Amino acid sequence: MGLVLLIIIWLITFVSTYFFIAKTWWLPVGASASAASIDHHFTITYILMGIVFVAAQVGLGFLVWRYRDRGGPSNKAEYSHGNTTLEIIWTVLTAVLFVGLNLMSSSIWASERFRPAEANAVRVEVTGMQFAWYFRYPGPDGKFGATKPELEDASAGGEGALGLDSKDPASKDDVVTGTMVVPVNREIEVILRAHDVIHSFFVPAFRFKQDAVPGLAISMHFTPIQTGDYEIACAELCGLGHYKMHGIVKVVSQEEFDKWLAAREAEKQ
Amino acid sequence: MASFSTTATVDDPRISMGGGSTLPPVRGGGDDGRSGSPDYGTRLRRARLGLLVALTPILMLFVSFTSAYIVRQGLPTLDPRTNTLVRDWIPVKLPRLLFVNTCVLLLSSVGMELARRQIRREAALAPAASVSAASTGEEKKIPWLAMTVVLGLLFLTGQWMAWRQLAALGYYVSTSPSSSFIYLLTGTHAIHLMGGVLALLVAGAAS
Amino acid sequence: MATHGFAGQETHAHAAPQGFIRKWIFSLDHKIIGLQYYFLALAAVFVGMFLSLLMRIHMIWPTVALPLVGEIKPEAYLSLVTMHGTIMVFFVLTTAPQGGFGNYFLPIQIGAPDMAFPVLNMLSFWTTFLGFIVMLAAFFVTGGAPLHGWTGYAPLSALPSAGPGEGLGADLWIISIAIFCIGALMGALNFITTTLDMRAKGMSMMRMPLTCWAWFITAILGLLAFGVLLSGGILLLMDRNLGTSFFVPLVTVNGQLTGHKGGSPLLWQHLFWFFGHPEVYIAILPAMGLCSQLLSVFSRKPIFGYKAMVYAMLSIGFLGFMVWGHHMFMSGMSPYTAFAFSIMTMAIGVPSAIKTFNWLGTLVRGKIRFSSPMLFAIGFVSLFVSGGISGPFLAQPVLDIPLHDTAFVPAHFHLIMGVASIFGIFAATYYWFPKMFGRMMNESLARWHFWFSFIGTYCIFMPMHYLGMAAQPRRYSQFTELQYLAHLIPLNKFITYAAIVTIAGQLIFVANLFWSMFKGKKASDNPWEATTLEWTTATPPPHDNFGGRTPVVHNGPYEYSVPGAPRDFVMQSDPAIKAAH
Ligand code: HEM
Ligand SMILES: [Cu+2]
Ligand SMILES: [Cu+2]
Repeated sequence: MGLVLLIIIWLITFVSTYFFIAKTWWLPVGASASAASIDHHFTITYILMGIVFVAAQVGLGFLVWRYRDRGGPSNKAEYSHGNTTLEIIWTVLTAVLFVGLNLMSSSIWASERFRPAEANAVRVEVTGMQFAWYFRYPGPDGKFGATKPELEDASAGGEGALGLDSKDPASKDDVVTGTMVVPVNREIEVILRAHDVIHSFFVPAFRFKQDAVPGLAISMHFTPIQTGDYEIACAELCGLGHYKMHGIVKVVSQEEFDKWLAAREAEKQ
Repeated sequence: MASFSTTATVDDPRISMGGGSTLPPVRGGGDDGRSGSPDYGTRLRRARLGLLVALTPILMLFVSFTSAYIVRQGLPTLDPRTNTLVRDWIPVKLPRLLFVNTCVLLLSSVGMELARRQIRREAALAPAASVSAASTGEEKKIPWLAMTVVLGLLFLTGQWMAWRQLAALGYYVSTSPSSSFIYLLTGTHAIHLMGGVLALLVAGAAS
Repeated sequence: MATHGFAGQETHAHAAPQGFIRKWIFSLDHKIIGLQYYFLALAAVFVGMFLSLLMRIHMIWPTVALPLVGEIKPEAYLSLVTMHGTIMVFFVLTTAPQGGFGNYFLPIQIGAPDMAFPVLNMLSFWTTFLGFIVMLAAFFVTGGAPLHGWTGYAPLSALPSAGPGEGLGADLWIISIAIFCIGALMGALNFITTTLDMRAKGMSMMRMPLTCWAWFITAILGLLAFGVLLSGGILLLMDRNLGTSFFVPLVTVNGQLTGHKGGSPLLWQHLFWFFGHPEVYIAILPAMGLCSQLLSVFSRKPIFGYKAMVYAMLSIGFLGFMVWGHHMFMSGMSPYTAFAFSIMTMAIGVPSAIKTFNWLGTLVRGKIRFSSPMLFAIGFVSLFVSGGISGPFLAQPVLDIPLHDTAFVPAHFHLIMGVASIFGIFAATYYWFPKMFGRMMNESLARWHFWFSFIGTYCIFMPMHYLGMAAQPRRYSQFTELQYLAHLIPLNKFITYAAIVTIAGQLIFVANLFWSMFKGKKASDNPWEATTLEWTTATPPPHDNFGGRTPVVHNGPYEYSVPGAPRDFVMQSDPAIKAAH
């Protein structure tokens, strides 16, 4: 029985570890400035924890086999209540490992979340509602116009869905779209809002996730570094259509972005 | 503490407690078999301990409500019309009556304590009284327990009247965040107190 | 009751109540109440497991019509998730290890004749039972069961218009949990008072078996946590039914104003997780205590570092109240607060790691007997390690950015909390069944059950890590909408197959349980040659647990292989191992 346990535990350990190491299923390709540092820290954590995982499981398998009851009077268990020195050593080791890991990652966290967006960042307001994402650009005046809850009409889509108040001068040049278009290599400031329940704006390729909470306007930033189309998922349970609440971020060159925005402005007039 | 070695034998063991105390506990003891119910002292001690433990979740409940209140009070919320965060906490002007009620409640606490002392004294004197049949101070006895109950009921009535006053001023449960909290806190407190009054009535009936 | 008629019930000694109702239904005997809790949890775990089966099947074959249930509608999926999670957490993991085994064995292990407040004990069971009925009722009202997940995040949970199931179903869900809280609080009160006040002579705190320590600490956690959940539930009910705005800001659902304004959705999350994180320890601590016990018993060796184990549990309990924010890194909470919470969370990993080391240390130079309880205890350690390894990922806010609310999270918590404590429950069943029912369970069936469960669990939950890293969000019923999820469908299929096989394997357990109750081999009083007090009394224990005797304790709980002793175990009530000169 000891041997069977050893084999099964080792087998489970090695098969699981194989898929981790082979990266058969892995994080999506990173396409933002922070992806590299986040992935780097992920890898460090991963290696350290992987070692702990394999060591503990292999150890467990080995111990149950090695110290199985072999019968016979000579086979005696040791009468020992523990070893305080060992106890202290592994307490300190794990404390250093765990807290150290966390401190190592704190600078990444600080640049992701402590620092506000740069002043020249491209501002996009992202609004989640059951079950769609809308994106609003402030236009040349750099100001988002007023929105009114009582004007909201989800079926109208676009500006109607946001309840944009056309009487507000600042709203005249606001562009509302269903697809997010952003220039590459520029910092993007997203201002996250939600109309009804909590949604979560998740762009796996950007290693970006933040809940959009009704009653709050949460400002965050990321910098795409590769052009292309990236999928947006909703990562907070928001109701029936949660699994289909998706969208696209199109990362394009600055010129294309300017052209696109100008065309949307022109459409509005 | 040194590590425990493997050398202990029955003749020469380090006591196998992981270094823990080997003394018997101060209290406790399975002296009360269920065939006969545990004696009065044991029951009293146990009930006291139980009551103390029971106070914890009640405290947590109120701590939780109160911290929600404090958080909510300081919390800005998004005004979608202007896209700005605004503070919308408007305190409710509390009726004067609540102050009176608080005094009543404090008084009833005093009454409670006096009742407790009185009952303890009586319990101590009870054997003597039964022996000598002497009615020591029977006439002067003030019904503190009953007074506590009355004060408690008075407080509850007062709270009810305060609610009526608030409602007359247009403050209902859902009127504003502050009014919601007033009804919430006073309401749960009232339920808590009703439990207390009920317990006193039971105690009064038993004594 | 299902408990009726098992072997040896007649051994109950003097003063036992007569009549079926007093004896089996409204019993005041902690042993009967423990069994009632156990069978309630058994019923609940089968409901919960069945729901998870439906979920997994729906993910893979969304249009298949199943016998009995028919086709699972897309809108039913989230109700299944919600009810599966809620039933598992509350009515299984909080109910069986604490209410069931704790009730049955805490008094016996500390040498007491019963719980401190038997009537309260009975009430706490029936309250919990009522809670379960109300929870199940949510399936059968218009709109069906709620879809807001076991975490019930507001405003989704606060707005009847936010989705089907958010009407009466959601009210019942909240009420059921509130009822459960009250039952759990009554139970906790009893456990604490009993532990503090009813220990037998010589049973000092530091001589208590680690199971008792675990139940005691769990009760303290429950005492502090359930009141807060109750308060959250009350506020949520008020938001839903009285028009208050504690958790709901100005929102529109489908363009319709709801009339709420100014509430904070994050407030609910704080209240919920202040309860929720301790709750996961409530679920796992009893299993930790039990497995410590079993590793010692079946290695024939004292537990490695008894004191360290106690202090580790105490510090887990203490720190457990300071880490709730690690569930909220992406919620909009201040990033500075998040950082503080992450440090605390990494710190709480330390005592958990200590426990693991001590379990391994207990095995070293032991003489391991592979009886079925031991298999599950070893399985528990393995699962605990596997689930624990993913903790430091989720505890770092930076890594939580890609991982939060992906399948990585269910992978983590199923291993460390869900299945690990289920393994604890299985181990406890195999271990104490002889004492409870007077018969042994069938050992070869038990082994089959172990292999199915152990391998099956890994096949289900290990791949969920890969899914999570590949950014598959949790609580998704279909993976067809997002293109990047398409390549994960084969893996999802594999998980479903594994779940079907594993769940089928659980039938072995049920068969064994009920078969052994009537037909199992008669058990001796101490079949495992263990040292704690429950093995000194008759099997099953008489009505007052020790048949009129009052046990006196002279030894610690884990005196195995004491050199020079006549047997390889010295019971707690045996004459003291002689003190040093
Ligand atoms: C038979 C084995 C089990 C299977 C196949 C299973 C499967 C699942 C699945 C597929 C989910 C949905 C994950 C998601 O999309 O978010 C889930 C959620 C969950 N499960 Fe299990 N589960 C099992 C056992 C358990 C156990 C023993 C527990 C006890 C703690 C448990 C507790 C939960 C909880 C709390 C959730 C979260 C529900 C929510 O998101 O609100 N499960 N399970
Ligand atoms: Cu969603
Ligand atoms: Cu937690």
